[in-house]
Amino acid sequence: MAPQIEIQIIAVIVAVACALPGVFLVLRKMSMMSDSITHTILLGIVLAFFMTHDLSSPLLIAGAALMGVVTVWLTETLSRTRLLAEDAAIGVVFPLLFSVAIILITRYAGSVHLDTDSVLLGELAFAPFDRMIIGGMDIGAKAIYTTGILLLINLAAIIVFFKELKVAIFDPMLAAVLGFSPALVHYGLMTLVSLTTVGAFQAVGSVLVVAFMIGPPVTAYLLTDDLKRMLILSGAIGIVNGILGYQAAALLDVSIAGSMAVVTGLVFLSVFIFAPRRGLISSLFRRRNQKIEFAKMTLLFHLYNHEGSEQEAAECGIDTIQAQLHWEGRFTGKILALLEQDRSIAFSGELVRLTERGRANSIKCYEKLLS
Amino acid sequence: MSDVIALFQDYTFQTVALGSALLGSISGVLGSFAVLRKQSLLGDGVSHSALPGVVMAFILLGNKNTETLLLGALVSGLLATFFIVSIVRHTRVKFDSALALVMSVFFGLGLVLLTYVQKIPNSNQAGLKRFIFGQASTLMQRDILLIAICGTVLLVLVILFWKEFKLFTFDSGFAQSLGFSPKKLNLLLSFMVVLAIIIGLQTVGVILMSAMLITPAVAARQWTNKLWVMVILSALFGAISGVLGTAVSSLVPRLPTGPAIVVCISAIAVMSVLCAPGRGVLHRVYQRRKNRVLYKLEEGVPNGPTN
Repeated sequence: MAPQIEIQIIAVIVAVACALPGVFLVLRKMSMMSDSITHTILLGIVLAFFMTHDLSSPLLIAGAALMGVVTVWLTETLSRTRLLAEDAAIGVVFPLLFSVAIILITRYAGSVHLDTDSVLLGELAFAPFDRMIIGGMDIGAKAIYTTGILLLINLAAIIVFFKELKVAIFDPMLAAVLGFSPALVHYGLMTLVSLTTVGAFQAVGSVLVVAFMIGPPVTAYLLTDDLKRMLILSGAIGIVNGILGYQAAALLDVSIAGSMAVVTGLVFLSVFIFAPRRGLISSLFRRRNQKIEFAKMTLLFHLYNHEGSEQEAAECGIDTIQAQLHWEGRFTGKILALLEQDRSIAFSGELVRLTERGRANSIKCYEKLLS
Repeated sequence: MSDVIALFQDYTFQTVALGSALLGSISGVLGSFAVLRKQSLLGDGVSHSALPGVVMAFILLGNKNTETLLLGALVSGLLATFFIVSIVRHTRVKFDSALALVMSVFFGLGLVLLTYVQKIPNSNQAGLKRFIFGQASTLMQRDILLIAICGTVLLVLVILFWKEFKLFTFDSGFAQSLGFSPKKLNLLLSFMVVLAIIIGLQTVGVILMSAMLITPAVAARQWTNKLWVMVILSALFGAISGVLGTAVSSLVPRLPTGPAIVVCISAIAVMSVLCAPGRGVLHRVYQRRKNRVLYKLEEGVPNGPTN
C-alpha cells in the first residue's frame, strides 16, 4: 500500500475512534477533562518507561491509560473538598502532573527518544515507517493495527453498554435507581477516553487529540437531538475531517495533524453558521422573527386594552403609540405596517383601531397565554 | 549555602528571577478574578490559542522581537476568546466544549503555520517553539522592561476599576442594575486576563501558563474571604514561586524553569487546601473527630453546639 493511503487510513481510524467517546464527554460537559488527560498521560508514559526501559512495551500504554484515570480521580477528589471549583481543580491538577513529567524527562531520559515534542505534537507522516511484520510478511503500518484495535474496543464498549451510558449521562439519578452505578459507568468511560488518547497521541500528538475528541461531537451536536444519530454523525464528520485534513496538508506541505485540526475547526465553523435550526444564521433570523411577532402581539394587546376607553386618543394615536411602548419610531412604523398588511388594524384619522380580525386575534392570544 | 548566596548575586539569575517574580504576581492578581468568576480554564484556552498569532506575527513582520510576537499572541488570544463567547452565546454548546474546540483548533493552526515557516528558505524560525514550553532562562533586560510596563498598566487598571470588578465578579446582576455595563466590564477584564497570559508565555510556555493563572489564586482563596487579601496573597504566592522555581532550576542541573515554578506554586496550593485555618481539609478532619468524641461524651445525645 502506498504510504499516502496508509496515512489516510490511520487518520480516519483515529478520527472515528476519538469522536465516539468524545460524544459522551461533550454531553457530560466534561470536554476539558480530555484536555487534562491528554497532558497527564505523558507522566504515565514516563513512569512506565522508567520501569520497563523499553519504549515499545505495552506497559507504557497501560501506564498512560492508568494515569488518565488517576488524573480524573485526583481532579474529582480535589473538587469534592468543595474548597475550589471543578474547573479550577482541572487547572491545578494537569499542569502539575505535566510539569513533573517534563522535569523527569529533561533530567533522566535525555538520552532516549522520548521528547516532549513528539508526544505533544505527534507526526502522522512518520507512521507508515513503523511496519507490522508477521512471519516475515509485511502486512501494513503498525499504527493501522493499533488504532484499529482501539476503534474496535470503543465500538464494542459503546454498542454493548449503550443503554447504560445513555441513562447515566442524561439521568444519573435514574441510573442509580435502576441499579447501574453511575460512578462505574463514569470511570469506565474515563478509562475508554484515556485508552483512546494513548492510542491516538502517537499519531496526532496529544493536544490535537482534543480537537478530534471534541470537534466532531460538538459539530454533530448542532445537527441532531438523537444520541445514536449524534454518534454516527460524529464518526462521519471525523472521517471527513481526517481525509480533507490530509489532502490539505499534502497540498500545502504542512503538519498533517495540525491541518486536520484546522479542517475540524472549519467544518464546525460552517455548521455553526449554516446549520438548520441551531446555526448562527437561523438563530439570528429566528430571534428577529420572534422580536417582530412579540412586538405585533404587544401592540395588539395595547390596542385591545385601551379600546373604547377615555385615554384611547392619548394611548393609541399614530404618533403617541411609540412613546407609550418605548419603541423607536422606525420600528413602530414597521410593526404598524405589518399589522395593517395582516388586516388586524386600521387607521381612522389620528387613531389606530383594531379590526374585527385583530380583536379576535388578540383575544385568542390572551386566552392562549392565560390558559 | 554559599552556592545560594553566590546565585543570588549572579546577574543572569537576578534578571530571570525578577522576571519570573513579576509574572507570578501579575498572573496571581488577574488569576484571582478568573478563578472567582469560574473562568479558570479560559487561561488554558487563551494560552494555547496564542501559538498561531506568534507564528503569524513572525511571518508577516519578519522579525523575532518579543514585542512583535507577543502582539501576534495577543491578537489571536483575543480572537479565540471572541469565538468562544460567540459559540456559547449563539448555540447550545457549553462553555467547556467551545473552549476545548477553539483551543485545539487554534493550536493546530499554530502547528500548520510552524511547519509552513520551516519551509521558508533562510528563515530563522528557531525560537518560535520556545513559546510552546517557555524558556525563562532566555529572559533579557528588555523583556523585563516589557513585563514591568504591562504589569504596571494592569495593576493601575485593577486599582482604578477595583470597585467595579469586585461588584461584577460577585454579583453581575446587581452591577448591571446600578448602571455598570457588564458587557464592557467583561470585555475589559477578559482583555486584561489575556494580556497577563500573553506576557507570561515566554517564561512558562502555552501549556503551563494556565497554572500560573489559577494555582496562586486557588491557594490564596483558602486563607481568606476578603477579595483584597486574596489578590495580595495570590500575587505574593506567584512571586515567591517565581523566585523559588528559578532558584531551584539554577541550582539543580537540567531542571527546566517553567515546570519548576509550576511545581512550587502547586505545592503551595496543596498545602493551602490541606492546612488553611477554618476551612482546610485537616481542619475538617479534626473537627469531625472532635465532634465524634463529644458525641460519645454526651452518650449519643448531643445537646447544644458541639464546636
